[in-house]
Amino acid sequence: MSDLTTDAAAPTDLPRAKTDWLPLLLIPVLALVALPFVGSPSTWVTLTVAGLAMGMMIFLMASGLTLVFGLMDIINFGHGVFISLGAYATLLVLGPLAGWASADSIGLNLSLLLLCILAAMAVTGIAGAVFERVIVRPVYGSHLKQILVTMGGLIVTEQLIHAIWGASPIPIPLPQSLRGAFVLGDIVMERYRVVAVAIGLVVFGGMQLILNRTRIGLLIRAGVENPEMVEALGYRIRRLFVSVFIAGSALAGLGGVMWAFYRQTLTAGMGMEVMVLVFIVIIIGGLGSVGGCFVGSILVALVANYVGFIEPKLALISNILVMALVLIWRPQGLFPVARR
Amino acid sequence: MPEPLLHLSGVHTHIGPYHILHGVDFAVPAGELTMLLGRNGAGKTTTLRTIMGLWQASSGRIRFDGRDITASATPDIARSGIAYVPESMGIFTDLTVRENIVLAARSGPLDKTRLDWILGLFPALKRFWNLPAGNLSGGQKQMLAIARAIAEPRRLLLIDEPTKGLAPVMVRSMIEAFKALKAAGETILLVEQNFYAASALGDNVVVMDDGRIVHSGAMSELVADTALQQRLLGLSLDAHQ
Repeated sequence: MSDLTTDAAAPTDLPRAKTDWLPLLLIPVLALVALPFVGSPSTWVTLTVAGLAMGMMIFLMASGLTLVFGLMDIINFGHGVFISLGAYATLLVLGPLAGWASADSIGLNLSLLLLCILAAMAVTGIAGAVFERVIVRPVYGSHLKQILVTMGGLIVTEQLIHAIWGASPIPIPLPQSLRGAFVLGDIVMERYRVVAVAIGLVVFGGMQLILNRTRIGLLIRAGVENPEMVEALGYRIRRLFVSVFIAGSALAGLGGVMWAFYRQTLTAGMGMEVMVLVFIVIIIGGLGSVGGCFVGSILVALVANYVGFIEPKLALISNILVMALVLIWRPQGLFPVARR
Repeated sequence: MPEPLLHLSGVHTHIGPYHILHGVDFAVPAGELTMLLGRNGAGKTTTLRTIMGLWQASSGRIRFDGRDITASATPDIARSGIAYVPESMGIFTDLTVRENIVLAARSGPLDKTRLDWILGLFPALKRFWNLPAGNLSGGQKQMLAIARAIAEPRRLLLIDEPTKGLAPVMVRSMIEAFKALKAAGETILLVEQNFYAASALGDNVVVMDDGRIVHSGAMSELVADTALQQRLLGLSLDAHQ
């Protein structure tokens, strides 16, 4: 990737692209606007950190879908099943290593979380490859069929989860060190939420690095806009499609793990339950835009938290309201991606 | 007589229920610039897309560099050494000018000498090097599309209507760029409606009408024969100057 990270062959002292800061400013503006309504600064910090953590979890679950939609033009209503599958994959690790969750060791606790994430990403990556080959590939180019067939895939896979792990909710323990909260004066920040923020930032940073600094990232961004031209340049877009679908599924699995430990309960429908939120954030962000998905996730989560505290009755419609306002402002989403 | 670099024989192409190409036959000699002319809807773009495998020929044969590429996939055709600039230019507007060109260099980092040569042909691209290609004007986008096609040495360039919709000054600079490419020994198959541009550049000319080849030969012969121009294209070179 040296040819992308260096400008050795490039002219120098040239103007650079301007960053579109306006959507990014929405987050601090929203937080500041909420402060007087919330009243107490400590409550505001607690709500903000909780909102950021929730936003990161939504981002983890949604980022794969926005890439799949953007690049492959696939409306994958089955995406939620990868979230559930990722969550259930934690059982593969929690079964043999249950002691690590209750151990009084940060190292073991975090290792357990890492192993759960790796197991979930492996399981959902493989499941994604099968899902793409068996369910999605026959319906490329037909949105209606995609909706029907991926919904069918979701139902079948949920039933498979029931068949393997049973239909009853399964409680899972949060690793010992991640329980409780950091208390700074009047400010309370749940430890797990702080970890979720850290993981979300690492994943977002990694995705940005891959998308902007590597050839595969360039190909994905180019493929989102004009897949035919990518082929005409000599690249096999089909392989890229499959790779992105697998990566998107694995990211959903990662999100599933984080969501599972947050809820501390596994149900086969847990992925489907968050899909409305997931669709909202990828629409708000701009279909195919990872950066937009990140900002959209945080916006939706912060609004839900603030509104839930200030006027609980409005919490149910706050997400739809945010989406409507954003789409009135920018009909293609916060960071529109040029499309074919 | 050496085999031409590209040879189409009896190529038919259907798009859905429509029969677009009706037995297209022509050859593109190596190291020369062949113009593909014809009115709108004659089948020029379909011909280029069929060569690139973007639309599959329903019958006939396409040979490139001695190899049958009729049924090859588009990426394989591109990798065999054919670069394609579509009528829509196909640039990636969200990517910077640099990223567009980097992507076309499949074999690795851009060669500095070649990049200098390309930016010498299209100096306007320098100013926008790190800016999204969507910021470019129509003419600059066309320059980028061609720069991308020659980012690495290719055996054959297929270029679809590069002067379409461009201001006269931009057309002239495009003609100069093609002259430089010709001088560098590139083999080019160029679709063009602007006969003035075509006559200034072409070594050979192929004229299409209604999905068929109606004339092929040396460009100099067509330029010298006003009656033939009238018959084939419905205009004369004088009318375009």
